[in-house]
Amino acid sequence: MALEVQIEKKLAEFALNVKFSADDAPLAILGPSGSGKTMLLRCIAGIERPNRGRIVLGDRVLLDTERRVRVPARDRRVGMLFQHYALFPHRTVAENVAFGLQSLSTGERDSRVRSLLERAHARELAERYPRQLSGGEQQRVALARALAVEPEALLLDEPLSALDTHLRSQMEAQLHETFRVYRGPALLVTHNLEEAYRLSERLLVLSRGRVAALGPREEVFRHPPSVEVARLTGCKNFSRALAISGDTIEASDWGCQLRVKQAFSRPPAHVGIRAHHIDFAESSGGAPTEDNVFPCWLVRSSETPFRITLYLRLHKPADESGSYDLQAEVFKEKWERFRNHPLPWHVRLSADSLFLMPE
Amino acid sequence: MSVPTATDWSPLWISLETSLTATLITLVAGLAAAAWRERRSGPAMAFVDGVCLLPLVLPPTVVGFFLLLLFGRNGPLGKLLLKMGTTVVFSWPATVIAAAVVSFPLMYLTARAALEQVDARLLEAARTIGASEWRVFHEIALPLAWPGVLAGTILSFARALGEFGATLMLAGNIPGRTATIPIAIYFAVEADDMRSAVAWCAADVAISLALLSGLYYWTHAQGPARWARR
Repeated sequence: MALEVQIEKKLAEFALNVKFSADDAPLAILGPSGSGKTMLLRCIAGIERPNRGRIVLGDRVLLDTERRVRVPARDRRVGMLFQHYALFPHRTVAENVAFGLQSLSTGERDSRVRSLLERAHARELAERYPRQLSGGEQQRVALARALAVEPEALLLDEPLSALDTHLRSQMEAQLHETFRVYRGPALLVTHNLEEAYRLSERLLVLSRGRVAALGPREEVFRHPPSVEVARLTGCKNFSRALAISGDTIEASDWGCQLRVKQAFSRPPAHVGIRAHHIDFAESSGGAPTEDNVFPCWLVRSSETPFRITLYLRLHKPADESGSYDLQAEVFKEKWERFRNHPLPWHVRLSADSLFLMPE
Repeated sequence: MSVPTATDWSPLWISLETSLTATLITLVAGLAAAAWRERRSGPAMAFVDGVCLLPLVLPPTVVGFFLLLLFGRNGPLGKLLLKMGTTVVFSWPATVIAAAVVSFPLMYLTARAALEQVDARLLEAARTIGASEWRVFHEIALPLAWPGVLAGTILSFARALGEFGATLMLAGNIPGRTATIPIAIYFAVEADDMRSAVAWCAADVAISLALLSGLYYWTHAQGPARWARR
């Protein structure tokens, strides 16, 4: 089944204006907070009215403003998992899950609820009230409630953001399982890029209400079309770029010329490199003769348990301003090998790792 | 015009019957109006709010006067009722109409506040799993707003019980039919029957105090509902 979405909706600060389609595989919608992600889901679910647009799910037209079609939320068969789960506080877990199963007989309903709770690993919670559940339990119940009505599309709004870190990976595994079994388009909204990457093979990057990138996740991460998308996918290093010849560019913010591999159809506007792709030429002393190797000075560093982030200044020693050109991330083992080498170090911006962006 | 004596208990029963009936009407009408209003916005709605709250701020005599114009022989509703062979002015239903209109704003206000406090996402969630608007209202919104709605009902009852001005204008003082406790008090004082006046005043204070204390006990001392406890 396919979900085709094309909507326009005026928001306070910008307009949501998107067009995309999703098939049976999950699609992660990545974007900073306030980019219109939640509003997009709410429009698809039928909770909000877009100003214009068309939404088609399978062979059903859910919205067509031109033909004045607007199927109400209750008839859309689009399941939605709300950010804070929105369980009915005055109903038990079993009653919450059964809420959408009104049309079934009592017996059928009870057995459906039992099997849904079983699948959600929440059977023992049946008689509890939502306030008596942990965040992870609430999420499992909310998901079971949404799936109870066998929705033809599934919308998940930041499903993991309300959970503690240690619960996240557990719930993520369960979402994985849900996606594996679920037949139908599933949209997953998140601002966590690693979560997006792990849970879905396709990514849609939303920025100020517009689709900034859409495609297979590797593609979006390897060849982000703009600095904005690159930044949203976690890239930290950018410079303006100017083509000099077929394989050389001038990186003006970094004050150097770089050899690149990627053939450019449109002239590049920016060049970028991910922090963990920056390499160090460990041979000390002597002027670098290799391509894409430049002297650099350490401005400051910050540590995580296994890695260290080095803030580097190219070509010049660090000064009081604390300004830096590059952020490099290396494993501590590697850092141990060159941390005592005298400055300048030599940084290698490998042609394989550099990517060019037309915007 | 005869004055009810202290042994004539009719004002108590009339007052209770009137207030109960009026409160039932107010509960349904106030809740319906609040639920209807809750889903709308815009400048026209400010006018609706104004109209709904008017009986709260106008002197009851003014409300009574308008009701008299509306239900009188030449009023639009009065004519309609006359065609159906009945009239309400100076009859028991008039006490109910006056009490209902005057207590309506309290019900409307509290019901709206209570409905507004219900998390909109719960209603949205119910819709996405196929619930009709009626189910959304009576299975989600109403149970969650119930403490507020109940408070509004008790306040409305207390207000209906104390209604005097509009009742006198529309229903007059017919002992045994339209003479409620407040009206009995007024005419007792006017007739210099201080014993009756004091007795009825004491009765009124006792009933109202019991109601209001009951309301506070119910909303505060009782503690949260079973589902709200951890």
